[in-house]
Amino acid sequence: MTTTTTPAARPPQTPPGRFEFAPVRGVLAREWALYRRSWAPTTFAAVVEPVIYLLAFGFGMGSLVGAIGGYRYIEFIGTGIVAMSVLFTSMFPGLIDTYVRRVFQHAYEGMLAAPVDVRELVTAEASWIALKSGVYGCAPLLVAIAFGLEPRGTMLLVPLIALVTGFGFALLGIWLSALVPSIKTMDYIISGLITPLFLIAGTFFPLDDFPGWARALAQVNPLYHCVELVRHAAFGLRPWADLGHFAAILAFVALVWCLAVFQMRRRLID
Amino acid sequence: MTSSRLRAPSETLAPATSSAVSLRGVVKRFGSFTAVDGLDLEVAAGTVLGLLGPNGAGKSTTMRMLTAQSRADEGEITILGHRIPRESKRARALMGVVPQHDNLDEELTVRENLTVFTHLYRVPRGERPAAVQRALRMAHLEDRADTRTDKLSGGMRRRLLIARGLVHRPRVVLLDEPTVGLDPQIRQELWGLITELREDGVTVLMSTHYIEEAERLSDEVALMAKGRVVSRGAPAELVQRYAGRAVEEFPAAPTDLERLERLLRPTGLPTRRTGASLAVLRAEELPDSVRDEIGEGDRRAANLEDVFVTLTGETVE
Repeated sequence: MTTTTTPAARPPQTPPGRFEFAPVRGVLAREWALYRRSWAPTTFAAVVEPVIYLLAFGFGMGSLVGAIGGYRYIEFIGTGIVAMSVLFTSMFPGLIDTYVRRVFQHAYEGMLAAPVDVRELVTAEASWIALKSGVYGCAPLLVAIAFGLEPRGTMLLVPLIALVTGFGFALLGIWLSALVPSIKTMDYIISGLITPLFLIAGTFFPLDDFPGWARALAQVNPLYHCVELVRHAAFGLRPWADLGHFAAILAFVALVWCLAVFQMRRRLID
Repeated sequence: MTSSRLRAPSETLAPATSSAVSLRGVVKRFGSFTAVDGLDLEVAAGTVLGLLGPNGAGKSTTMRMLTAQSRADEGEITILGHRIPRESKRARALMGVVPQHDNLDEELTVRENLTVFTHLYRVPRGERPAAVQRALRMAHLEDRADTRTDKLSGGMRRRLLIARGLVHRPRVVLLDEPTVGLDPQIRQELWGLITELREDGVTVLMSTHYIEEAERLSDEVALMAKGRVVSRGAPAELVQRYAGRAVEEFPAAPTDLERLERLLRPTGLPTRRTGASLAVLRAEELPDSVRDEIGEGDRRAANLEDVFVTLTGETVE
């Protein structure tokens, strides 16, 4: 077995306890290898579903609603569905894939036996999911452009908005996946959290006519801030308001990163 | 935040220590249950130590503590001079772990599974292909390199699992029940692999509940029960110390077994019931006076199982 072709293992020299990017890259390498096997069905589900929503609501409801705030309904909803797509392509993998890998596949045990810690593992898993959300989230916007939405340079911000929001919702999913006692209890999260999240975010209709409490609730819904940012990127930026929306999303990311790391550590390290 | 930088091996050596793995007074509790209860264990560099014990003895918890996936409530753990859990990442970079659960990525090929772990173990980019090739060769999986893992047989998967833990040429290898649930033929194959590791000077800590496995592969065996090491030594030495050269088995009805035990008690020789017979350890020391009373039994060489059962009162496979 002895060979001289590969040197023996060497330890990292960073001080103990320091966050490192090398393990993050290692976990991402695994994600990439897995994605190369499953990109077709993953992409199909991530792209086709929001496009169907867009076409069905855009043309179906659009013929009844006409215009909202001076924009054709299909343009209004096209920007809203970007956020919905981001939510679905980040929250579900964060919630379900992470649970399956942890509980059924024991994949994280294998990775944590290597020089990877829980913070790096969680960051890498959420980053990969966010990367996909950043790309897939743009599909409804491209379809809306094909149906007449005027392209703007500021729309180039949409992948970034989708990426950061997707990172947050992936972390939220990871946190909840480590919180639930069984896979069956995820139904509470799907029906009790995810559905209200995308309905009280201004995706399908503006929140202006909602009661005060619903509008207040929207302010703490990160998806609402994502919807606003995407809409402004498509129809015209409002710098101060958008900085506020972006700050709200960053605060959400910081909070759920801490929660996800804390809860995953509790599950993975006894 | 800093990305890792790898230095030449001479710069990276931990403080000199005679033990590659050291556990001192380690305690691990789960609520009111104490899984590991004051464990002291040293594994000398370049040796194979078999951790032998029945299910629930604390072997897997010990293994998890060594990879910092379980935190000790008390005691001190070091691996190659690195303290666990504080410096566990450094220790894990030098360690290979073969888990009890098969957690291979099924959709990936054999080569891809190994390549992923070269990334996780930070094998430099230019050295990854050679590292994968070496691991494939070692596990005799070269002709299966591009086969999806879910198409492999159980034995091949186990070999891949071992190869994955060795892809970065670790200095310490933890094998957690490496052959559990496998056919005898596949087990023999894996024993060959583990023997090669020993010949290569790698330090191996192997938990098992198979007597034969511990006996054949280990330089030393630590017998574990109820979270503690109850005895330790080379297999032959342990057998000699606790069971002597020979064991004599006396098949008898239950009432006769009690009579035999009564007759043997004054000799001080250890005995144990094995189904419908009574085994007398260190049978070569049986006094003639007792022999006249109990007659001749079925004589066989003493083995590690006799030692284990005598020391712990529990049975193992």
